[in-house]
Amino acid sequence: MAITREQVRRVASLARLRLEPDEEERLTADLDHILAAFTRLEALDTTGIEPMAHVEDVPVPMRDDAVTNPPAGDGLLVNAPARDGRLFRVPKIIE
Amino acid sequence: MSALHDLTARDAAARVRRREVSATELTRAALSRITAVEPQVGAILTICEREALAAAEIIDRRVAAGEDPGLLAGVPVGLKDNICTAGIRTTASSRILEAFVPPYDATVAARLQQAGAVLVGKLNCDEFAMGSSTENAALGVTRNPWDPERVAGGSSGGSAAAVAAREVHASLGSDTGGSIRLPASFCGVVGMKPTYGRVSRYGVIAFASSLDQVGPLARDVGDAALVLQAIAGHDPADGTSSQRPVPSYVAALEGGVRGLRLGLPREYFVEGMQPDVEASVRAAVRTLEAQGATVEPVSLPHTEYAIATYYLITSAEASSNLARYDGVRYGLRAAGGGTLAEMYERSRAAGFGPEVKRRIMLGTYALSAGYYDAYYLKAQQVRTLIRRDFEQAFAHVDALIAPVAPSTAFRLGERVDDPLTMYLSDILTISLNLAGLPGISLPCGLDAAGLPIGLQLIGKAFDEATLLRIAAAYEAASDWTARSPIP
Amino acid sequence: MSAPWTLDGFEAVIGLEVHAELQTRSKIFCGCSATFGADPNTNVCPVCLGMPGVLPVLNRRVVEFAIRAGLATNCSIAPRSRFARKNYFYPDLPKGYQISMYEAPICVGGWLDLVVEDTPRRIGLTRIHMEEDTGKNIHDAHASGSLVDFNRSTVPLLEIVSEPDMRNPAEAGAYLRTLRSILQYLEICDGNMEEGSFRCDANVSVRPLGATTLGTKVEIKNMNSFRNVERAIAYELTRQVRATQTREAIVQETRLWDVDREETRSMRSKESAHDYRYFPEPDLQPLVIDAAWVDDIRAAMPELPEARCARFVRDHGLSVYDADVLTQRKDVADYFEAGIVAGASPKELANWITTELLRIVREQKLDEQLVIREWPLTPVQLARLSRLVEQGTVNRNTAKKLIPRLLGTGVDPETLVASEGLGQVSDRGALEQAVADVIARNPDQVAQFRAGKDKVLGFLVGQIMKATGGKANPQLVGELLRSALAG
Repeated sequence: MAITREQVRRVASLARLRLEPDEEERLTADLDHILAAFTRLEALDTTGIEPMAHVEDVPVPMRDDAVTNPPAGDGLLVNAPARDGRLFRVPKIIE
Repeated sequence: MSALHDLTARDAAARVRRREVSATELTRAALSRITAVEPQVGAILTICEREALAAAEIIDRRVAAGEDPGLLAGVPVGLKDNICTAGIRTTASSRILEAFVPPYDATVAARLQQAGAVLVGKLNCDEFAMGSSTENAALGVTRNPWDPERVAGGSSGGSAAAVAAREVHASLGSDTGGSIRLPASFCGVVGMKPTYGRVSRYGVIAFASSLDQVGPLARDVGDAALVLQAIAGHDPADGTSSQRPVPSYVAALEGGVRGLRLGLPREYFVEGMQPDVEASVRAAVRTLEAQGATVEPVSLPHTEYAIATYYLITSAEASSNLARYDGVRYGLRAAGGGTLAEMYERSRAAGFGPEVKRRIMLGTYALSAGYYDAYYLKAQQVRTLIRRDFEQAFAHVDALIAPVAPSTAFRLGERVDDPLTMYLSDILTISLNLAGLPGISLPCGLDAAGLPIGLQLIGKAFDEATLLRIAAAYEAASDWTARSPIP
Repeated sequence: MSAPWTLDGFEAVIGLEVHAELQTRSKIFCGCSATFGADPNTNVCPVCLGMPGVLPVLNRRVVEFAIRAGLATNCSIAPRSRFARKNYFYPDLPKGYQISMYEAPICVGGWLDLVVEDTPRRIGLTRIHMEEDTGKNIHDAHASGSLVDFNRSTVPLLEIVSEPDMRNPAEAGAYLRTLRSILQYLEICDGNMEEGSFRCDANVSVRPLGATTLGTKVEIKNMNSFRNVERAIAYELTRQVRATQTREAIVQETRLWDVDREETRSMRSKESAHDYRYFPEPDLQPLVIDAAWVDDIRAAMPELPEARCARFVRDHGLSVYDADVLTQRKDVADYFEAGIVAGASPKELANWITTELLRIVREQKLDEQLVIREWPLTPVQLARLSRLVEQGTVNRNTAKKLIPRLLGTGVDPETLVASEGLGQVSDRGALEQAVADVIARNPDQVAQFRAGKDKVLGFLVGQIMKATGGKANPQLVGELLRSALAG
């Protein structure tokens, strides 16, 4: 086993996914299977090879510092599951 | 005269400009075709009848006023439902966005509209574009118009099926690992994945940001060129879109293949490939040779690492891209109250389907402390090696020629329970996404079961023109693209 | 060096992380206004609300500000740096990740020179990087839920990280004051701690005196004034020493400063270890900064407090002490220079500012303002007043008494002096009479003076000033008195 139930639980918690026991079991098996197939990468020597994060090696473009957006209308808020006026409502945040 | 819905996009637009047909007539024809065939295809998640007729009327008024109605004047089109449309529900085929109405247009949606195209429907796909069969779709099943028991391919299955079934004249899909080319091949239409950065990603719901690219699906090469022309080019809202000038793709269609050098990647004729797929592709190669192209074998030695590299990188990016679906500002929030942590976990559990969860888990794992170097960083390094393979091949040839997939459309349900086998459907398409290169899929035959076979051409970065030129030459010498599975 | 903090054989190790909100017009990744005070969720757009498919576009001015801050703190500016995603879930973080910089920040390896209790200290800077701010969670003690406002989401921040070089709370305070003064001079941050535009977290640990390894560090948050930073660090240092002495383990954790109870307390809800899964932001390519741009920014850098102080000493002949007082705040230093332009002599004006003006500023609590724009006494008024004293038109005491009548009026002191006959009496004849009268009325004091008690002279001068309503020229009075007494 490359991956354990415990690891799956930890990853699910990082990803904020509630898993039912059967899902947890299935995902453990799936990830184990997939990662086992991916171990072929280990055999490849990549010493000194630059990691590729972007396709084209061009610098990030920049824009001028100008306010181009008008004040927000309701269109940006209407998809909210819960609101209080213009504020988004969520369950109580406890620090 | 053939039915209006049978016209190519450029023929339809030309007739609108010549006032032989109105945009409204074309739109009504598309809507009635949709009514007729949609029950057996299931390509469309949202039919935008009211908006389409209003848009068509505007085009007609522009034509009447003598204004330029645009490159795609009055042409009914569809958009993959991961492309945001202002005021029109956009779901990415996910429960989590089932009721989401964006207040903004994706740049590609706006550009099609500016070119005069009329949006008639939002098209089904795999959830968040993750899949190869459009079976990971929470809101509906899409069937292959050539055989209702078979998949349309994915993830842009609705975009391919709607074009093949002639519900729309052309559509847009997105291609992260083959999601335009694979369904195009399964449904017998032309599909093009442009170079990463050629087309804006703004407003296209992200799956894997460093690979995602929007492109056209069309009935023939000429239409694909026309639609690409309408959407390509720099967008200030997408910093990763290229500032390079856009050539005329329509002009590129002429010219033929004489003197062009084509490479046959040895690794792309894999073991277990369906024999009639290989036979059709090799026949297509001979057709191109007969027209004056030279063909030579090339090698892409790191191809065997592409699947692992691709799934690690795309899943990692996806795990982050999909973190925004938290039930706070939009999207599904699971009912029943509870704490903040419960709201997150339950909303995301209820909103995402199994494949999306699998990839979020895989990606989160690959980025997590202690595993980053072994998985994510390693995959990024191998990505460099895969790109170098292509650079070396393109030192000798102008384009590569290969099959799109090892097989034709498989049966619905055949691979859903085996993610790894499903991932292998992408084996011939994903490498070029990792390298950021353009690719096109076009029909090159039918297999023994009468299902379409796709020919794939892979080009140098930003050399879509050469691909279109080769594809047009092949198309002119064959008669595969004109076929329709549903009369 | 100021005395290091020690307790029972332990010493302090303190590092600070400052988040400075930048004074740009628009946000770092979108064109929304970055200003405060708007109605909730009005300075927002699809980008800073983290809606599906949207993309960040970098604000050039933020980069320029980061370079300015780097140059002002002796950092090297990385020719190539890059943004990274920091992944975590929180309602005020719309995308589920914060765009920040991680392994390749824009500025590295600088330092800050401080003066702590008259002793110079150099504190190392590890790095400065750019990132986006979060929205604001609004906690209502009575309601069942919390509310979120995203106006602040994606407002630009600099994170400035020091080396763990500070050895007592006073050094931490001096570091923050110096850093804030520099950012204010650079006109990139208003430095308001109460409103959160200049925020500080402290990393605090203790170790046995002479040890070279670091103890377990604790992060302290929620300190919204310089005073609170010093008190929180002092509290935490003592707590850690006591914990060590009672063999209680010090846990690596985040603790909040409770200003009412004057103690730090553990943030239990965040106990589970974070795993931020940083990876390069695929939506933003590497940031490439060419040397010419850095040179341009360097050439346009405003004079910083240290340099301005040195210049005031050199060019205006001020004492180091006066020059330091005048340059701590940029607005005060600007005031001084405006007064010089209006014709005041530097030493006289410096004296008026440090004694009178700054006292009034403190009384009126104007020093709580970030930049004083409305001075109770304009630079021109104070310059004129100081000239009237220098020219002998009024004496110093009269001038001081005039100040309350000038405050907030803008009236020219010369006009006031002329209209009210407050001019200094320098008429030799009139003063000789007054001197004679005072000598006649105070025979005992005159005898004492003649017996060698010089101090009595001051009493006699005072009597003459009183007799002339305070308007007599004190120099002339002294001169006349001495000659009369000698006679």
